[in-house]
Amino acid sequence: MVYFLIFISAIFVNNIVLSQFLGICPFLGVSKKIDTALGMSAAVVFVLTLATVVTYLLQMLLVAWGLEFLQTILFILIIAALVQMIEIILKKISPALYQALGVFLPLITTNCCILGVAILVANGTEKLPMGAEHGMLSGTLFAFATALGFGLALILFAGIREQLAMNKVPKAMQGTPIALLTAGLLAMAFMGFSGVV
Amino acid sequence: MAKLESTFKNMVLSLVIISVVAAGALAGVYILTLETINAQKAAKQQEAILAVLPTGAQISETEEVNGLTIYHATLNGIPCGAAIQTEANGFGGPQKIMVGLNPEGLIYGYEVLEHQETPGLGDKISTWFKNPDKPAQSIIAREAGKLVVSKDGGEVDAITAATISSRAFLSAINKAHAAYMNGHVDAHTGASQQVQNEDDVQSDNVQSDNVQSDENQEKEDIL
Amino acid sequence: MSNAMKTFTNGLLKENPTFVLVLGMCPTLATTTSAINGMSMGLATLFVLVCSNIVISLLKNLIPDKVRIPAFIVVIATFVTLVQLVMQAYLPAIYDVLGLFIPLIVVNCIVLGRAEAFAAKNSVGLSALDGIGMGLGFTLALTLLGAVRELLGTGACFGFHIFPDNYGALVFVLAPGAFIALAYLMVIINKLQKK
Repeated sequence: MVYFLIFISAIFVNNIVLSQFLGICPFLGVSKKIDTALGMSAAVVFVLTLATVVTYLLQMLLVAWGLEFLQTILFILIIAALVQMIEIILKKISPALYQALGVFLPLITTNCCILGVAILVANGTEKLPMGAEHGMLSGTLFAFATALGFGLALILFAGIREQLAMNKVPKAMQGTPIALLTAGLLAMAFMGFSGVV
Repeated sequence: MAKLESTFKNMVLSLVIISVVAAGALAGVYILTLETINAQKAAKQQEAILAVLPTGAQISETEEVNGLTIYHATLNGIPCGAAIQTEANGFGGPQKIMVGLNPEGLIYGYEVLEHQETPGLGDKISTWFKNPDKPAQSIIAREAGKLVVSKDGGEVDAITAATISSRAFLSAINKAHAAYMNGHVDAHTGASQQVQNEDDVQSDNVQSDNVQSDENQEKEDIL
Repeated sequence: MSNAMKTFTNGLLKENPTFVLVLGMCPTLATTTSAINGMSMGLATLFVLVCSNIVISLLKNLIPDKVRIPAFIVVIATFVTLVQLVMQAYLPAIYDVLGLFIPLIVVNCIVLGRAEAFAAKNSVGLSALDGIGMGLGFTLALTLLGAVRELLGTGACFGFHIFPDNYGALVFVLAPGAFIALAYLMVIINKLQKK
């Protein structure tokens, strides 16, 4: 039951992009078409889930050795390394998928939602719906669900933007402003979920 | 100046040197700031506890009842109640509250430590229930334990448009009361308490009368 | 001299990281719930930006090309952690408000972007100026956005109440309001630039 709540909470109620403001750069940059949105979402699901597992384990070591201040450096290096590794592995295992994801993989390193979620889970800032801290399994599920939420927001947004591109937009609003406005309306819609969990 | 070549040796060497220097610098700053940071955390906790007790109160002992932490306090050596750290599930997440109760269970004050309520709505719990100008919603000087929002037939006006946050808040206060009264009653049935000479009882009454009249003063002011 | 001025004002106006380059959006939207919060975030980023630009420019010939990104990241992360520790010790109130977004400075595209695009190819002096210019541009943008959101949302600005709380449109302090406020700010700036 708790796991179901984690999913609902991470995907809808506390959507990582629309209410936590993590992952905005790719959200604005990669959402012009639905296919690119799909590609980016898939990549994020991969990296976010793996990264959270590894950093969670690392955090246990850091706490044991009293080295918490090295958290930021080590986490980001791990994420960068993970992304490199995934690139290499994908190239070997599934060249088709690698081609599809293309340039998005390296971009994920600077995606703040990866580092953000990793830190939130590792530090215990992110808690289970009932207030207890995440364990390894629930933390991983949370990361997976969060990435799904990212994908949902991204794909919804891309769909809207594709429609928007076919309409007349005032000159000063073209490009980023109208995208931001749309995102704002989308965020407002998602606010309707608050209080569900 | 030409850039260093990307030979394996150079790459590893430069990365290792940079990392070592970085780690060293950070360790240094960490050690320098460690004490200040720890002192900050301790001070914050102290502040929260003392903020909900009468001025000059001091913490005498700490105990845990039903998962809540109770900080018993004394004023000039006489027990004057306790600060209890309590929590409840609010609208957007857990609420953590520090509430001060006198030995009879009347509320001195409270501080909201943590919450995840909506800004502008549920987050008013920090001030709504201790507004001295609005006696219908203020819980100060009321007896904790059975506080209920007026919507549910009680006597406390909830935050407009934030009933769920209000209900959660009051349940946290009631929970604190229950935990405190349980432990409190046990302490009072201890044998040592019954062996008190009259003088002590007299001065005890005088002290608690003073505290009581402070409370009454507040009550009268509110009324 | 004019080269230096050009570098400095670049980050403020022509290539303002927020309004023109549209970089560093996450902290921009998340930490601008009030003018002070926005300003604090901007200043923290400014510090990291200047320091990392200087160090990277100093080391640019000692870092082999292939490992430059990880090397830059280590340098930037070090300064970010420094800011974290110092803020936690001496500015705990602001530290609590900015929370997660302080360590996230390390993935702020502005910092890595300027390191790669400028500091790795220019002198220490110019890199420092570029850092200051970009950092100030970012800080100004965040402070402006924070002020607008605070004013429209709660009737206050920098904590001073201009009109009563109840007349504020709460949405501006919340998530959707951030997007909308920034969108309209950009529209206004676009219009002004066209003139």
